[in-house]
Amino acid sequence: MIKLLFNYLIFPGFLFAATAGLFACWLDRKISARLQWRVGPPWHQNFTDIFKLLGKETIVPQGVRATFLIAPCIGLLSVVLVAAILGQAIISPAPGFSGDLIVVIYLLTIPPISSVIGAFASRNPLASIGASREIKMIIAYELPFLLAVVAVIVKSAGAIKFSGILEHQANFHSTALSLSGILALIVCIFSVQAKLGFAPFDISEAEQELMAGVLIEYSGAALAVFKLTKAIMLYTLPVLLTVLFLGKDISAGFLVPKFLLFLIIAVLIKNTNPRLRVDQAVRFFWRLPLVLATAAVIAAVFGF
Amino acid sequence: MSSKINALTKSIWVFHVSAGSCNNCDIEILDLFTPRHDVERFGIQLVGSVRHADALLITGAMNKKAVPRMKKIYEQAPKPCVVVAVGQCALSRHMFRYSYNVDEPLDKILPVDLYIPGCPPKPEAMIDGIVKLVNKLKGKK
Repeated sequence: MIKLLFNYLIFPGFLFAATAGLFACWLDRKISARLQWRVGPPWHQNFTDIFKLLGKETIVPQGVRATFLIAPCIGLLSVVLVAAILGQAIISPAPGFSGDLIVVIYLLTIPPISSVIGAFASRNPLASIGASREIKMIIAYELPFLLAVVAVIVKSAGAIKFSGILEHQANFHSTALSLSGILALIVCIFSVQAKLGFAPFDISEAEQELMAGVLIEYSGAALAVFKLTKAIMLYTLPVLLTVLFLGKDISAGFLVPKFLLFLIIAVLIKNTNPRLRVDQAVRFFWRLPLVLATAAVIAAVFGF
Repeated sequence: MSSKINALTKSIWVFHVSAGSCNNCDIEILDLFTPRHDVERFGIQLVGSVRHADALLITGAMNKKAVPRMKKIYEQAPKPCVVVAVGQCALSRHMFRYSYNVDEPLDKILPVDLYIPGCPPKPEAMIDGIVKLVNKLKGKK
């Protein structure tokens, strides 16, 4: 029991994931700044931001229900659980349970849903526009993402467990080195971009038109929780991609460069693409990535 | 309290309010975020929602229509929050001093922490002002 709490709260869970995530957020800001020929913030910037937000007043708008404050906590709890399960699967694969991949995929949908709940609870018209866009984005990117994951599962002989997937890749080769794997990886990179809320899919936060979209009414500690959720997502999703696609060797010396690779790809796509309209984004996800993901599943079934 | 203020001075999120300015000050404020001046290295960010703001950057003479809105925006900002008056209009109403629709200067309406004069102030002047503000918040001379 104590070990479980330790895992959830400290080592692969909350404390570690938050530190790594805030560091990844700093990398994102620094790389973006360098790409725009700026200097960029110092390494402790995101930590300072979180501390500052915790010290500020948390305003609760008039007439909102408790969901306004509960929603960010639910998002944070579920994404920490994802980080803990993933980290545990990497450190010691043996005690994982069957189907932890499916649990992780379910849990990864909860943070966007929690931001939707919080936005609707805040009774702000701009927030509800952001929330409706967020819902459309969830509908758009989940289907290709799930199909790509199915391709990975078929490729690693039907394992729905991280340890099984890792073991299969250790015995043969990384999933990304096969035809189905590379197709699924491309789809997953697009979906992760949308899950992270990065441009070109930062539609729900659209700073220029919706101010801050779903986060518009949040201040102080509640905003800090949302920022932490975002940060942990930024750490968890590249790790998930590494485990699913480049899992041949995941000792620390190989895991960190692979994680950085996926992180930098996401940041580069973010900095070189303008934002899409929500209908364009849905159309995009339901055409090319969906076809690619289906092709990946078919190729995986035939063993390519 | 002091650790709160200390964290605040290292990550000032700025909300930009235009109270009927001619847009020159606003353009100069945006210059702060360009590669030449890049204030993100001090952790300063422009935010879209007043709920995220640590500093209100107010430009323009406060005309009668703007005053109640300005008060509302100040009430919506989470405290601690500083108010920065940018440009001669926000400081003293400048050439609109005897105008029929500008009754009071900004510091009669809101508690102003920092004045940045100029028409428009140069980005360097604003950075200088930010440094003075940080020192003032930390209690240094």
